[in-house]
Amino acid sequence: MADVLALEAIRKSYAVGTPVETEVLHGIDLTVCAGEFVALIGPSGSGKSTLLNIVGLLDSPTSGRLVIDGTDTTRLDDAVRTRLRGHAIGFVFQYHYLISAFTAVENVMMPMLVDRGHADRQMERRADDLLDWVGLSRWRDNRATNMSGGQQQRVAVARALAMDPALVLADEPTGNLDTASAEGVFSLLRRINRERGTTFVVVTHNMALAERCDRIVELVDGRINAERAGRTHEPGAA
Amino acid sequence: MNRLVPFEWTAALRFLGEGRMQTAFILGGVTIGVAVIVFMSAMLAGLQANFIRRVLTSQPQIQLLPPDEVARPLRDQPGVIEGALVQKPTQRILSIDQWQSIAAAMRARPDVVVVAPTASGSALAVRGDASRSISVTGMEPEQYFRIVRVPDYVVAGTARLGTDDIMIGTELAKDLGAGVGDKLNVTTANGGGRILTITGIFDFGNKAANARNTYVALRTAQSLLNLIGGATTIDMTVTDTYAADTIARDIAAVVPVEADSWITTNAQFFTAVRAQQTSNTMIRLFVGISVAFGIAAVLVVSVIQRSKDIGILRAMGTTRGRILRIFLIQGGVLGFAGSVLGSAFGAGALILWHRLFRQVDGSELFPLVLEPGLFVAAAAVATLTGVIAGLAPALRAASIDPVEAIRG
Ligand SMILES: Nc1ncnc2c1ncn2[C@@H]1O[C@H](COP(=O)(O)OP(=O)(O)OP(=O)(O)O)[C@@H](O)[C@H]1O
Ligand SMILES: [Mg+2]
Repeated sequence: MADVLALEAIRKSYAVGTPVETEVLHGIDLTVCAGEFVALIGPSGSGKSTLLNIVGLLDSPTSGRLVIDGTDTTRLDDAVRTRLRGHAIGFVFQYHYLISAFTAVENVMMPMLVDRGHADRQMERRADDLLDWVGLSRWRDNRATNMSGGQQQRVAVARALAMDPALVLADEPTGNLDTASAEGVFSLLRRINRERGTTFVVVTHNMALAERCDRIVELVDGRINAERAGRTHEPGAA
Repeated sequence: MNRLVPFEWTAALRFLGEGRMQTAFILGGVTIGVAVIVFMSAMLAGLQANFIRRVLTSQPQIQLLPPDEVARPLRDQPGVIEGALVQKPTQRILSIDQWQSIAAAMRARPDVVVVAPTASGSALAVRGDASRSISVTGMEPEQYFRIVRVPDYVVAGTARLGTDDIMIGTELAKDLGAGVGDKLNVTTANGGGRILTITGIFDFGNKAANARNTYVALRTAQSLLNLIGGATTIDMTVTDTYAADTIARDIAAVVPVEADSWITTNAQFFTAVRAQQTSNTMIRLFVGISVAFGIAAVLVVSVIQRSKDIGILRAMGTTRGRILRIFLIQGGVLGFAGSVLGSAFGAGALILWHRLFRQVDGSELFPLVLEPGLFVAAAAVATLTGVIAGLAPALRAASIDPVEAIRG
């Protein structure tokens, strides 16, 4: 299968050129193929979020090569990176981050709105379908503030899928949820991966959930320490 | 979500709507600022229009006079002046030389509307034991009354003037105990004297004018003042009232007369207006600046509060330019909405003021001048001010680093 993501010798330093310059990623090589579901684990401060932000084009590596969905991103200007980010990547963050001034369905539409500039019927239909998918049709016109954490996170998942991205990045998507909600959100991600073939890279501290991924990548002190296949498979997975 | 509205606008309006308290307070601030400006400007415009209207219906816009008589020192040889002391000559009542041809030349000018020759001077009005000194203006009513609207001010009788008729002011009528139809004996220093019948009594709203000004036919004045066939002034109105000054200068350059425009004779008024306008402009400027600071302050806080939303929008592919626009629009919308509300309040206050505060006789203090131009200008300036005020917060919003914003 084709690689959706390829990292070659990615390094990241903070405070470059100052006496306190620190390198937090020390040359990461990693490839993720289409349809894969990868867990990124590691102790706090090991550089997981930093790596995910680089992969998500929110941050730039100090050196190294990053190829996303066939596009080498090394020498792209901000505008092109922004566009690529909108089209190729979906994000789910730990604190769900719905925009509270908009309703659930409008939040799901948001990436499409950003892309096309104004709402249209097709966009609304797609957002409704996605909400249906995550089981929140009934909540479509609710503001984020009126929903539980688990519900908000499911809306965020639907939003991440809006542009049909090649890759979804999730930074501790269940970190803020109780066990039952966490289970619900994680199963949803797995189901999307299985049924739609969307590629996932998920940062998690929850080993039980990590074991249910196709592959586990462990980061320690800014280096890949270990890589192995997940142990258990989702019920019904191939 | 409205499909016709661009995303920037939707986001801007939603953000304003969500920050209800902040939006309400700053909108209140902008509204008050605009209301003050609208109220002040409209009132000033009203007072000014009132004054100008009064001046323009009671004075000629340009008046041509015979040039001052000047005494020249006697000369012997070049550089040697014999009579070193030169006394200023007294100014006699003089007719304008060749006034008929000058009047004809004036009528031929395209920028002149009405031309009315007059013969005026001072006289004594006697009735029984009472006598008052008056100023007699002799003119041709069909021309002159188009310049000075005496008929508009007539309170008794009519504005008709035969050769033995006179129109006087209310004050003089009271002093002489005379009414319409009564006769006055008018005499002048040159020995002229006529018995004239009062046909009309006017009230200019000015005590001195009502006591002194009188109007007679041109011929009557000529004979009274011993100026047979003469005219002491030529009064005119022009097409462009505010160009009277330049037109007067233009005339004085080609005709041997002195030409005074209403702008020079009312120089004091214009100085006062200019001073008013300067202080008005200063007030507007500072109100505008404080409104701008208010909008900027509210938007800066809003940007900080929304940094996570901005981070998310950026992560979803929103460009910096669009984030910038979202906040500029908020500034503009605050300015515009405030100007609409402020215009309404300002106009309302003006109407109320106009109704409540009256002159002693119940007539209006100033005419109600509510020009649409003022409101359009207020809206445009307020919107622009809002956008400019939004610039700093918007730039800040656009420069937010999504990584920073999204981290825990
Ligand atoms: N802007 C920054 N400036 C300097 N150092 C930073 C910055 N951001 C992150 N770091 C450092 O980089 C290292 C990696 O941070 P990162 O957030 O990627 O860790 P993490 O693996 O996501 O941790 P956690 O599990 O707690 O989320 C940490 O030591 C952190 O202090
Ligand atoms: Mg992290």
